[in-house]
Amino acid sequence: MNWQAIRAIYVFEMARFFRTLLQSFVSPVISTSLYFVVFGAAIGSRIDQVEGVSYGAFIVPGLIMLSVMTQAISNASFGIYFPKFIGTIYELLSAPVNFLEIVLGYVGAAATKALFIGIVILGTSALFVDLTIQHPIAMLVFLVLTCLSFALFGFIIGIWAGNFEQLQLIPLLIVTPLVFLGGSFYSISMLPPVWQTISFFNPVVYLVSGFRWSFFGLADVPIGLSLLAIGGFTMLCLAIIWWIFKTGWRIRQ
Amino acid sequence: MSMVQISNVRKAYAGGFEALKGASLDIHEGEILALLGPNGAGKTTLISTICGITQPTSGTITVGGHDVVTDYRGARSLVGLVPQEINLEPFERVINTVRFSRGLFGKPKDNALLERILRQLSLWDKRDNRIMELSGGMKRRVLIAKALAHEPRVLFLDEPTAGVDVELRRDMWDIVAGLKEAGVTIILTTHYIEEAEAIADRIGVINKGEILLVEEKTALMTRLGQKELRIELHEPAAELPASLADRGLRIEEGGQVLVYTYDTGQDRTGIATLIREISEAGLVLRDLQTRQNSLEDIFVGLVSKQEDAA
Ligand SMILES: Nc1ncnc2c1ncn2[C@@H]1O[C@H](COP(=O)(O)OP(=O)(O)OP(=O)(O)O)[C@@H](O)[C@H]1O
Ligand SMILES: [Mg+2]
Repeated sequence: MNWQAIRAIYVFEMARFFRTLLQSFVSPVISTSLYFVVFGAAIGSRIDQVEGVSYGAFIVPGLIMLSVMTQAISNASFGIYFPKFIGTIYELLSAPVNFLEIVLGYVGAAATKALFIGIVILGTSALFVDLTIQHPIAMLVFLVLTCLSFALFGFIIGIWAGNFEQLQLIPLLIVTPLVFLGGSFYSISMLPPVWQTISFFNPVVYLVSGFRWSFFGLADVPIGLSLLAIGGFTMLCLAIIWWIFKTGWRIRQ
Repeated sequence: MSMVQISNVRKAYAGGFEALKGASLDIHEGEILALLGPNGAGKTTLISTICGITQPTSGTITVGGHDVVTDYRGARSLVGLVPQEINLEPFERVINTVRFSRGLFGKPKDNALLERILRQLSLWDKRDNRIMELSGGMKRRVLIAKALAHEPRVLFLDEPTAGVDVELRRDMWDIVAGLKEAGVTIILTTHYIEEAEAIADRIGVINKGEILLVEEKTALMTRLGQKELRIELHEPAAELPASLADRGLRIEEGGQVLVYTYDTGQDRTGIATLIREISEAGLVLRDLQTRQNSLEDIFVGLVSKQEDAA
């Protein structure tokens, strides 16, 4: 393993993040506060409680997931797309590094940023609602795994993308709808039966459900299934990336 | 000993265009090899294939005995590359990009070394500037600093002096000479033939994906080098005397000068006879001059010969 290389990539990518630290910090705080104003105050005044949890608290895990997933994807996809776009990728391609080292560097940095934002949102939420976390370790595991797997997914998008529009395309067309329909703001059990069945084909449901369980002990699907889903998704992304580097698809002519 | 061995390398790009058509080349340890060739000859493609930016379609390449495909780690850790295009992140600071390069190649932090490199390239004062705040020539030097930061044993410079002023070009030559001194093997591509003449040990000519020739610079110049003898006359000769008609002389400057071209490689240059014949024809010599053909003439000759053959 070329640990120096992993570190170099990681530090370089994190530096980009620290340059815009204030921005990275302020925007999730503001958007989370807005969510609480809109969903918590407006809708929450009508819904009141979901399965014994106040609505304001109930949406916190989904809110964190939503931001963490989109942040992980956009950070990782941009992180690898940018060198491709401006040509600095020549250096990665000519360096004595393997795919795993490149991935660990870029994905590690993107996941760290997403994790940071997730924690900021968690902290902001605690200002608005009373939060108890029943299984803090499981919570952390879910959070980290989500950051990592969606950063891996973003990395694939960044390699695939041929222009800036494509970079936005998948997050916009697929990820955001899946997350919104993935039970971030409601419990699947609140839906009519047909929609419940359809929802179980949405992978995000498993993540949000597992994550919410770690807070309140409530889940739409068994916790083991949630872990399996996120583990499977991670492996799938890793396999695709391995294939990309093996064949040089879209990176090495 | 050969440091880089390229044997029978073909490279077809995705569109099917074959940019290298069976190139073979041995690069000796510690030498400076200049690759000359017109635009689109395949110089960058050859370098990219050695460095791992593109994959060879067939053939093998080793660097320091390591195959660039199967043992890419071993090969690439010996190689530094200064690309032809200025590929740098505009918002990054000079020192950070250089530090990044060193880390990427698995080398531990060494601030003293980076300072030495940046000073040598006159970039030390600019170390905290963003790349976008640098001039074009400075950016090119940043690329060199990045390549040197990981102490390569083999350095590829793809047109390092394109768009660089005369003074900086001299500096660059000095740096290259210093690296050679330190035992680094250097391969550079250039369009400036005087550059190859000035610093290379050997010269390779590549065109249309084929390596047309690789030779010691001096041997090349004597082997292919032709000399011109310029004979200045006292009185202009309106036309050549009949006795000199078939000696292949050229009349210049309104008959004031006769030019005789000969091969320095030949045993008999025919100069002595010519001079005797000239005075027998009644012409009076005023001065004699010889001029060695430059590499440029050789190069242009080779490339146009290949064009004729095609
Ligand atoms: N990515 C690519 N895809 C398809 N063809 C390419 C690609 N890169 C280069 N070529 C083609 O390969 C040939 C050789 O290009 P290369 O860049 O190696 O030339 P070069 O000798 O470096 O030229 P120059 O002196 O202009 O830099 C050219 O005909 C070029 O069009
Ligand atoms: Mg080129």
